[in-house]
Amino acid sequence: MSLENFIFLLYILVLASYCGFELIAKVPPTLHTPLMSGSNAISGITIVGAILCVREGEISKYLGMVALILATINVVGGYAVTDRMLQMFKKKK
Amino acid sequence: MNILIQITYLVATILFIVGIKKLNRTQEARQGNILSAVAMLLAVLATLVESQLLTPIETFSCMLLGGAIGLVWARRVEMTQMPEMVAIFNGFGGAASLFVAFSDYWTRAVEQPSLSTDLITIISILLSVIIGGITFTGSLTAYGKLSGKVSGNAIVFSGQHMLNLVLLLAAVACGVLVAIETGSVTAMIVMGVISLVLGILVVIPIGGADMPVVISLLNSYSGMAACTTGFVLNNSVLIVTGALVGASGIILTQIMCKAMNRSLISVLLGGFGATSGGA
Repeated sequence: MSLENFIFLLYILVLASYCGFELIAKVPPTLHTPLMSGSNAISGITIVGAILCVREGEISKYLGMVALILATINVVGGYAVTDRMLQMFKKKK
Repeated sequence: MNILIQITYLVATILFIVGIKKLNRTQEARQGNILSAVAMLLAVLATLVESQLLTPIETFSCMLLGGAIGLVWARRVEMTQMPEMVAIFNGFGGAASLFVAFSDYWTRAVEQPSLSTDLITIISILLSVIIGGITFTGSLTAYGKLSGKVSGNAIVFSGQHMLNLVLLLAAVACGVLVAIETGSVTAMIVMGVISLVLGILVVIPIGGADMPVVISLLNSYSGMAACTTGFVLNNSVLIVTGALVGASGIILTQIMCKAMNRSLISVLLGGFGATSGGA
């Protein structure tokens, strides 16, 4: 990775982190758990990395496949659980 | 083609941000979750195109298997067990980052040693392995405590913090070895194992009642792990989304601590909250 590219990615990192800090400043206590669950599903974005690792190769490919299975469980399960939580929410209201 | 992929990533990023924002409001929360799921789908589709589908059978069977397991698990779980479920899923996310980093490392160190590996890449790989490893076993320990499989009490022994520090230093030393010589596979594996052990050691001294806070913090870690894998693979959507989760996770952890009248430090140092919240 070239240094210019790295600095550019660092800019992205800093701005996105700031965005993350600001986004959830005033969340009501009832939404703590769903928000945690929802952002857990989002952290499954590592699925993108896993897809890119399942390519020609031997051990590296198998490692990528394990990563892809785990990441997909994280993503699909994460969103489904969050949706169930929020559904429950609506019925109560 | 490439520009289309980048634009899809950009749209996905915007949807993630709007989705998290909507998760803040009771009436819009469900819609926000769906928006972020759409964003994830877009990111996955764009990546499938980017990977040029060199190994379609493996890719799709892994995704089908993982998706089926996740869906069945999420539907079967009792309402009261939701936090445990989040802990497990989070652990899998951390493990996935660990495996992605290891896969990339293996390509560079063993399969194609001719690839030049610069310092930035190798440091990103090392960070992904450490953070991913701690997130994995830490989350599983948190799951164990909540479900009563591991004692919900704080498990403390003398010299605990010292042991953690020594292990962390050992991991750093292994990391330096790998940074100097990319081919030092043993050092890399030892570092991975240490990070797995650290994950357990960091969570066992914390009482069951504090587990939700711990899960929130580990969730933030898994975001950071995804972010560092982004630096390994030079992928902007991983970096942005990982950083979003990493940062919002820390703030959420702090908010949750405040709601429980606890300070983050006292939760992390453990030994309090010994009354089991799980089981």
